[in-house]
Formats: sequence, structure tokens, C-alpha cells
Amino acid sequence: MAFSAFATGTAKEQAPRRKSRIALLLLLPGILYLMLFFLVPLVSLVITSFQQPIPFGDIGEYQTAFKWENYVDVVNTYGEHIFRSFGYAILATIFALLFSYPLAYFIGVTARRWPLVQNLMLVLVIAPFFISFLLRTLAWKSLLSDESFVISGLKALSLMAPDAHFTGTPAAVIFGLTYNFIPFMTLPLYSTLERLDTRLLEAGSDLYSKPSMTFFKVTVPLSMSGIVSGVLLTFIPAAGDYINASRDFLGGTGTQMIGNVIESNFLVTLNYPAAAALSIILMAVILVMVTVYVKRSGTEDLL
Amino acid sequence: MASGTFAESGADLELVGIQKRFPGFTAIEHLDLTIPAGSFFALLGPSGCGKTTTLRLVAGLEDPTEGSILIGGKDVTKLKPFQRQVNTVFQSYALFPHMTVLENVAFGLRRRKIEDPIGKAHEALVLVELDHLATRKPQQLSGGQQQRVALARAIVNRPALLLLDEPLGALDLKLRRQMQLELKSIQEEVGLTFVHVTHDQEEAMTMADTVAVMNKGEIEQLGAPEELYELPRTAFVANFLGQSNLFTGHVSGSTSNSITVDVEGTKITIPTKRAQRHKGEVTVGVRPEKLHLHKNAPKKEAGTNSLGPGRIIDVSFSGVSTQYTIAIPGIDKVTVFQQNTTFGPLAGEGAEVWVSWDVDHGFGLEDEPGATPRFPADADTASIAVQKRRALMSELEES
Repeated sequence: MAFSAFATGTAKEQAPRRKSRIALLLLLPGILYLMLFFLVPLVSLVITSFQQPIPFGDIGEYQTAFKWENYVDVVNTYGEHIFRSFGYAILATIFALLFSYPLAYFIGVTARRWPLVQNLMLVLVIAPFFISFLLRTLAWKSLLSDESFVISGLKALSLMAPDAHFTGTPAAVIFGLTYNFIPFMTLPLYSTLERLDTRLLEAGSDLYSKPSMTFFKVTVPLSMSGIVSGVLLTFIPAAGDYINASRDFLGGTGTQMIGNVIESNFLVTLNYPAAAALSIILMAVILVMVTVYVKRSGTEDLL
Repeated sequence: MASGTFAESGADLELVGIQKRFPGFTAIEHLDLTIPAGSFFALLGPSGCGKTTTLRLVAGLEDPTEGSILIGGKDVTKLKPFQRQVNTVFQSYALFPHMTVLENVAFGLRRRKIEDPIGKAHEALVLVELDHLATRKPQQLSGGQQQRVALARAIVNRPALLLLDEPLGALDLKLRRQMQLELKSIQEEVGLTFVHVTHDQEEAMTMADTVAVMNKGEIEQLGAPEELYELPRTAFVANFLGQSNLFTGHVSGSTSNSITVDVEGTKITIPTKRAQRHKGEVTVGVRPEKLHLHKNAPKKEAGTNSLGPGRIIDVSFSGVSTQYTIAIPGIDKVTVFQQNTTFGPLAGEGAEVWVSWDVDHGFGLEDEPGATPRFPADADTASIAVQKRRALMSELEES
């Protein structure tokens, strides 16, 4: 019983250490795949980001160069979008965490006595995945459009101004991001909370700790690994998302995120170097933010 | 809860008419218990007898279905666990894995905003001789060390009442002995009221001033360890606390200070003051180490009971003593412990022997013979629940 606590400690030491050719052989397909589909495109993206237009060439024709001014240009032009992207992503992550934690706690801890309820609720969390991401977002667009019963109802109750809109506003985009990434937040939280030893909560209570204090001093630190992985799984894709903020979905002209800008530069204006530079910036900023976050939350083991 | 201060000293614990029902079964039927301040009290019983439930009720981790709990004369039945001046050393230790040993110990002090939590936590760790491991995480410690951390984490708060839930269960024999002595000396040093729950009768007897033997959600007998051992009142206590030879028969005669019981033709005499019942069918008993083994028929003497002849059917050597099991016709089996004062057994298997003992060493039980089997089954709460349900159903059918 008490000695099971040692199991995790010794398991690490017991991991096989000898280098095996079979292991290398088994890793080979994965390494080749990553080389081909991750490393090569990344290098190509970096090269593209420094390209310059061919003098007197057509639109979309570029030659290799070292035009680092591309980066300065995109930051000057799209600084606002970059800023907005991370703002929206942070807000969506916070909302998803606030929504998912009680949900995951209920499924993983409170509902332990009723496995049926647990399974049913997990199915409900995962169920939206059976419908395409795009379709779900489109469904929300029509649900929240000006003619929908939700919005007209709110207007009838004078909770919204008669000429106000919901779609196209930042609130709609953040709502969409939060909604779409809730399962990614809930599942890792659930998997750590499910293993939470409730005897520790009793011990906290026995040691003069109010339930709220026990929550912040015991439950939260013990579920930190779930919080960190949930936040990463939500924040990283949310920062680069271009569906929710798109004008075709929940966004409007004033809600364009970095993903939308990259998309239009690549596909509409054919400004490949600018799009590539923006992509690199997005990646770099996410990397820095994630590293700082993981360091501060003291869960380096995850990376 | 007084914030920022310690309890002045240990406090009385009083349980009045406690009943605890869980969906489907009753863990505690009716419990009245007073534990005086400053004592070391042990609740002893087989698993499922309701002893851990009793402890959890006192700690506030469960609410009683009926009855009230008083600590130091104050009714705490409605108080939440964190409002009670009670600390528990959990069976699983329940140390916080994300905190160092020191932070674990300081946890309760910090929650109560007591001055200098770190200094006091160090003091408590010194007391359990673990201050050199203060910066470690609990999972880096051995079972015995974790147990001592759990103890330090509880006593550092100077609770009015310290509850120990089988805290020595996971330790090996030698470490357990050592911890038993340490616990006892800590108790004497800090003067708290200790309530210790255990199924280990030896542990209960070594450590506690008062032992309560619990069975099926009720206290069978309560008293000092010697008293409980030498004068058990029920067959359950006689067999749970050590071993006993029990004989059932009809009272055939009595004098002013002794009664004689006829067991299948053999007369067994016990002192009247050591017998709970003096008429009709009674069960009498004697401890195996009080018996003497004879190779020849002992002379009939006043003041001595003797049985025999019988045949030794088993001899088992256990270091300090040897246990002989003797089959005596008409009386079933008798167990004798003989100190190994010489090398080798006194008599081998199959030998014809007699046993005798001093009349003063016998005791008479209060159980109705026949109501309880000679060795009652170790009934768990689930089977009690089944019994209760059957009783209830037959009651319903009758009405």
C-alpha cells in the first residue's frame, strides 16, 4: 500500500538502457516521416521567408535572397493581428479551463461512485468530434446569426440592442475558439483528476484546511500536469486558428487573426515571403510562451 | 476553532449514543464511550468491526446517523473536520506528494496561521528523528519514515485529540516494536489524548492504558490491558485477545467463594468473583499459559483443577514457548503453552498427559452458551448487514 508510492520512482530506473538495433529500426519510419514532412517543409519555409520578388517578374514569382526586411514589414503591417491572435487564444484558453475544470472534476472525482454517469459524460464530451469541425462552427454561425431565435429572443427581451450583432464580433470568435477546444482541455484534466487520491483531501481537511484552501493547496497542484497539457493543447492550436475568426464563420473584418492573414497572403495575394515570415513568427512566439509557461508551472518533465 | 493558538492540553472525548448507518448496512449499532483526557486509548477489533468508522466519526470525516460527539465537553457533532481540534495519522499516511516533508508538517500550522510554522515543523521532525530528511519528498522515504512524518504532521498541531488509524500496519515487526515505543514516549512527552485503532492485540496491549474490544459495531469489553486479558467477559474477547481454553457446562455446586461447573462429567472450579454468571449453563475458561502439563496423573488437590488423561495431537515450537494441543475425551481440545526452560519438548506427539491449573486462574464468561459458537467467525460488516436485513424481513412478514 504505502510502498506503491515507490513504484513511480523505481520504474524510471528500471527502463531498459541498452541500445538495441531493433529499437532503432522501429524508430526509422518515424524519423524518416518527420524528416520528410516536418524538417524539409520547415527549412523551405525559412528560405521562403527571406525571398524577394524577381525584378519585373509576375505576381507570385520570387527568388532566393536574404531579405530580412520581410520580418520587419510583416510585424509593422500585421502587428495588430499577431497581438489579437494571442489575446484571443489566451482568453479562449482561460475560458476553456474555467469551464472544463469543474466538468473534469465532476466526471473524474465526484462521479466515481457512478461509473455509468462517468462514461456517459465522457461520451458527451467527445461526441462533438463525430461532426466535422467546420460544420460545427457553421452550425454556431447560424445559431448565433441575427435572424436566429437566440439573438432575436435576446433582442425581444431588450438584453441586446435591436441593431446589435453577435457574429463578427470578437466575443463570437472567442466563444467559437473556447467551444471548439473544450474537449482538448477536458480530457487531459479528467485523466489527472481521475487519479486524484481523495484521501489527501481528507488529510487536508483534517489539517485545518477549508475546502477552498484544500482545492488550491492540494487539488490544483496535484492536477498541474493535466492543467499544463490541457492549456498547451488548447492555446497552441487556438493561436493559429483561422476558421473561427474567418468572415465565413464567426468572425468579421475586425477580428482577423494571424491565421487568416497567413491564409490570405498565401492563397489570395500570393505574397509567399510575408506569409512564411508570419508563420515563423507565430511559431517562435508560441515556442517562447510555452517554454516560459511550462518553466513557471514547474512541470518540465512534460516536455 | 481558535485560530493561531494550540490546544491547552489533551481533552476528553465522549461519544453518546452513536449510530452510523451506511446505505445497506449498519457499521455502528449503538456506542457510548468516554475517553479521559491524556490517556492512550486503543480500539481493538477485527476488520469490519466499526473501529475505523468510529475514528472517522470523531475526525468529522463521516457524520453519525444518530448521537453526538463531545470533545472537551463541547459538542462537535455538527463541526466540519477542519474546525475540530483533532488530527489523524491515516492508515495510508496520506502525505501530500507534491510537498517536501517539511511543508507537509507545516501544512496544518500554516492553515491555522500559527507563528513560525517552519521552526515548529523542524521541532516536530526532530522529535521523530527525521529532521535531516526535511527537504525530501515523501515518496523518497521508506514506509517507516513516512509513518513518522505522518505522525509529526499530526502532533505538530498539538491537537486536543490525536487519532491513529492502524498507523503501524505497513511496518515490519522490528520497526513496529520500535515505533510502538516511540509513540508511547511521544504521548508521555506531549501529553495529548491518543485514540489508537488497531487489529493487532499485542500492539493495543503494549501501548494503551485502556483498551476497548469492538465487535460487530459494539464494544464488547473495555478496561486496562491486564484486566482484559486476565478476566475476559465474553468468548469473543477471550479468543480475540490472546487464546483461551473454554469449557461449557452446568453449574453443579457453589460455595461462598467458588462455583463448580460440570463439563461432561469433569468438575471445573472457578472463583465466584471471577465469574460473570453463577447459575445454569455457563462457559468457563483459562489461558493456555496458566496450564501445567503432567506426564502422570496429578494428585487431586483443593485449589487445583485437573483434566486428563488426554493425548498430545500437536506440538509446535515457537522459540520462547512450545504450544501443545491435547485431545481430552469428552472435552475436545485443550491448548497449553509451556515455557521452554529446558531443551526439547516435555512430551512428544501421542503421549498421554494430564493438565492442571490453579482455580484462581479460571474465569467465567457472561455469554449465553450456545448463542455464540466456541470460536465465533470473524464477522465483517457486510454479513452483519445481511443478518440485519433478514431479521428485518422476518419482522415485516410477521406483522
